[in-house]
Amino acid sequence: MNKPYLRTDFHEARWDEPMIYEYSTPGTRGILIPETEKAIVDAVGDVAASLPESIRRKSSLELPEVDQKHVLAHYLRLTQETMGSNISNDISEGTCTMKYNPRLCEQLVMHDDFAYVHPEQDAETMQGILEIFYKFEQIMKEVSGMDRFTFQPGGGNHAVYCAASVMRAYHESRGDTKRDTAITTIFSHPCDAAAPHTAGYKIITLFPDQNGIPDYEALKKAVEKTGDHLAGIFMTNPEDIGIYNPNIDKFVELVHSVGGLCYYDQANANAFLGVVRAREAGVDMCHFNVHKTFGTPHGGEGPANGAFGCREFLTKFLPKPTIEFDGSKYYLDCDRPYSFGKVRSYFGTAGVILRAYSWAMMHGAEGLKTVANVSVLNNNYLEKLLLSIKGLSRCFNDNGIVRQEQVRYTWEQLKNDTGVGTDEVNKRAGDYGIPWYWASHHPWVIPEPMTLEPCESYSKADLEEYYLSLKAVAEEAYTNPELVLTAPHKQAGYNLLDPAELDNPDSWAMTWKAFKRKHGDKYVKVK
Amino acid sequence: MNGKKNIVYPYIPNSVPEVRQAMLEVLGFKSEEDIYKEIPERLRFKGKMDIPEPILSEARLERHVTNILRKNKNCKSNISFLGGGCWNHYIPAVCNTIGSRDEILTSYVGEAFTDHGKFQMLFESESMLGDLTGFEASTTPTYDWAMAIAIASRMASRTVGRKQVLVSQATSPQRKLINANYCKAVDENNIEVVEVKFDFKNMCLDLDDLRSKISEKTSLVYFENPNYLGFIETQAPEIVKIAHEKGALVCVGVDPISLGVLEAPGAYDADYAVGELQPLGIPMQAGGGLGGFICTRDEEKFIAEYPSLLFGVLPSVKEGQYGFGQVAFERTSYASREKGKDFIGTCAALHGMIAAVYMALMGPGGFKELGETIMQRVAYGKKQLSKIKGIKIFEGYNFKEFVVNFDETGKTVAQINKELLSKNIFGGIDVSKDFPELGNSAVYAITEMLTKEDIDELAAALKEIC
Repeated sequence: MNKPYLRTDFHEARWDEPMIYEYSTPGTRGILIPETEKAIVDAVGDVAASLPESIRRKSSLELPEVDQKHVLAHYLRLTQETMGSNISNDISEGTCTMKYNPRLCEQLVMHDDFAYVHPEQDAETMQGILEIFYKFEQIMKEVSGMDRFTFQPGGGNHAVYCAASVMRAYHESRGDTKRDTAITTIFSHPCDAAAPHTAGYKIITLFPDQNGIPDYEALKKAVEKTGDHLAGIFMTNPEDIGIYNPNIDKFVELVHSVGGLCYYDQANANAFLGVVRAREAGVDMCHFNVHKTFGTPHGGEGPANGAFGCREFLTKFLPKPTIEFDGSKYYLDCDRPYSFGKVRSYFGTAGVILRAYSWAMMHGAEGLKTVANVSVLNNNYLEKLLLSIKGLSRCFNDNGIVRQEQVRYTWEQLKNDTGVGTDEVNKRAGDYGIPWYWASHHPWVIPEPMTLEPCESYSKADLEEYYLSLKAVAEEAYTNPELVLTAPHKQAGYNLLDPAELDNPDSWAMTWKAFKRKHGDKYVKVK
Repeated sequence: MNGKKNIVYPYIPNSVPEVRQAMLEVLGFKSEEDIYKEIPERLRFKGKMDIPEPILSEARLERHVTNILRKNKNCKSNISFLGGGCWNHYIPAVCNTIGSRDEILTSYVGEAFTDHGKFQMLFESESMLGDLTGFEASTTPTYDWAMAIAIASRMASRTVGRKQVLVSQATSPQRKLINANYCKAVDENNIEVVEVKFDFKNMCLDLDDLRSKISEKTSLVYFENPNYLGFIETQAPEIVKIAHEKGALVCVGVDPISLGVLEAPGAYDADYAVGELQPLGIPMQAGGGLGGFICTRDEEKFIAEYPSLLFGVLPSVKEGQYGFGQVAFERTSYASREKGKDFIGTCAALHGMIAAVYMALMGPGGFKELGETIMQRVAYGKKQLSKIKGIKIFEGYNFKEFVVNFDETGKTVAQINKELLSKNIFGGIDVSKDFPELGNSAVYAITEMLTKEDIDELAAALKEIC
């Protein structure tokens, strides 16, 4: 069996790369534009020159002027200074399911019959992509037990907002306008609070009981307090700490008893394919982060897809269009009078759906179950190794509950012992080739958190390498804390001189122009 | 295993039975059921998912998917006049090369230590969008142009403490719908959306209607330049003046491709520029290629209201080197849950990175020439089509799109488009229902991808059809 290997001599690419602007030489071109044919010029002349003064561009356009070879080289170097999951041991991103993204899917999305399809083409000319949407919807219905799906939301948080919009439309359709409050849990993603709040709902946040499970007694109090003002609940299960809420159906029953709707944020669904479903939990709506569970790349934070599913009684409120099949043709149904409207133009992040359909088809029902089984096995195997590291523990350590697909660990002991906390461990782990790990969403209820999710893509040796890397860092914290506290040493990026300046309007800079205005030419590399 | 052969999945290393067994033994588990025991029986899914049998090999899967995709027609093998928010522009090969690199394609939320390159790419993207639009601050991408408008609507409402957005009628119906939903709230933060009439005679915003509707209640005025119908808003500076006189802010929706020839919104004192990233080197992908941007002045009153991630640069501990970080992170819902600004999550970062490559390749000369040739091609298209009996072109200053009226042909746009399709031409977007003021009309888009011959072919086809 493949053995683990600790990368003691790792160094990420560091190109000391200037800004693209610093490669600029006036008059240089990176690409040429097709010339206007002479016959057209003869017929119409210089049209842009005839634009009224009020709107013709007079201000200078200060884009860089760089030849093609150097544009390519510059951006290749910057890609090398980034650690994507396909080139690294990315167990790091707990709650994010960084799995292998098959190269085959990248070839499929470049196909002319997909890449060059305009979303407003006649449906007759889009039968292929509509078929893929339709068929992937059938798969998602089986995976979740929901009755319909839309793939319009461009990410998980967008799906939660879609849920809040459906919830609002549902209550309004019943003339029930007093419902002004939504409930969520602290270990659900922040968007489960923020998205319904954006839709106008007041938010009540439940905290866990002594075992880390959302507190049923707290829910009872919240439901009693809100009564028929409760619009619904938005909750993840298992929550971001990896503990399954065994009372989920009781939560649903209680919220339903006062007329509220129940939304299941299934961003963390990877370990439950074929194991548990939204339907059996009794919820009304759910979403999957397709870019997590269904093997599509995260793109550095999108494009993604939040596949939103619901029960029959809510389907009329779905965003439009829906994709339908009449037995011979696929078509877009825009004539949906009860629809709340739209959350994104056209009908979805089609590249994500095409990849996800392909990925699901390579697995089938048995393969999806294998994905789940190996994910929970990997997680428990890694956990056993990691908990032997001095200074590291996990939240709610003594509750006797077996974790599912991820674990929220805590470096609290290490911090108390050595002064090295999770941020510092994180920076130093990168010196062993480990990508930046996910600590926790805010607020940090668990001190010095670290959340890891070794999904099915990682080998036994990967899990062991990860363990060896964190063990090495923890040992350094006890023996040579300065080395850890001054990290990173072998990565592309540096610590900021004063990170607090990111909050200072006189210092922050979101463009190169602003940076030079505020900080002068001192940091311009090419003098 | 019911006598069935165990499948070893190439994407699941530990699906090798011996490896799995070794791991279970270390844990003292018989099977994964010892882990799932935490889930009560009543909640377990007992059946088998009814989904198609798997296609295990890549060779057969590729064939299966490409066979489905072949049922599509595409804008490369056909002549397309579709636009409206997603356009068939040339995609430089360098954009595809960078956009498909695994390092960024499969990256996620790493900070700027192991992901320094991603931060620099998005920072450069923000910088160049700032150059195009005339602003010094910009955000990482939003889902799409529509969402950028929607976010700007809510940002402006908070900045000026008012709750009314005036939206030009000549805005894409989809974008209006998305903005309206996002402005809606069941609490006191609900924003009223009021439409300002378009002057269909002069093909510009109806300033009298704007003056009659704008008031001390108005937080934002939104118009597009060029607008959904393709017309350039020549009164843009005046609209800004009218809005500012009432203390309202102004957001201009732009096609970034136009900004080599059209004035930057920042230069005529607008407060926000929003638009679509897709034309900047990203494949259309049936609408999957979208990504939005928002640019503003670098002032705290604007920055403090962004819900999205803002990538910033600052001096680092290493002499002469800078580093990257997240500007004013506390304002986001990642940091502050419902107390943050709106909500944020995964949007369209990769498209922002690809757009950086595109803008760097194009430079000022590329944008200027691209804008010029598009306007010439459009003018030529208008000229050729206007010669056809029964067809009327609505005159005005056009950038990439123009309105073709078929009232006198006796045929609907839908009928004409069907006939064009049989000649491998994708006709313009039918706007007859959304803009009845224009009668039986379609919006035609012409990019640099269409040649004189393509336009002549359209004219010949329409002559035959109409």
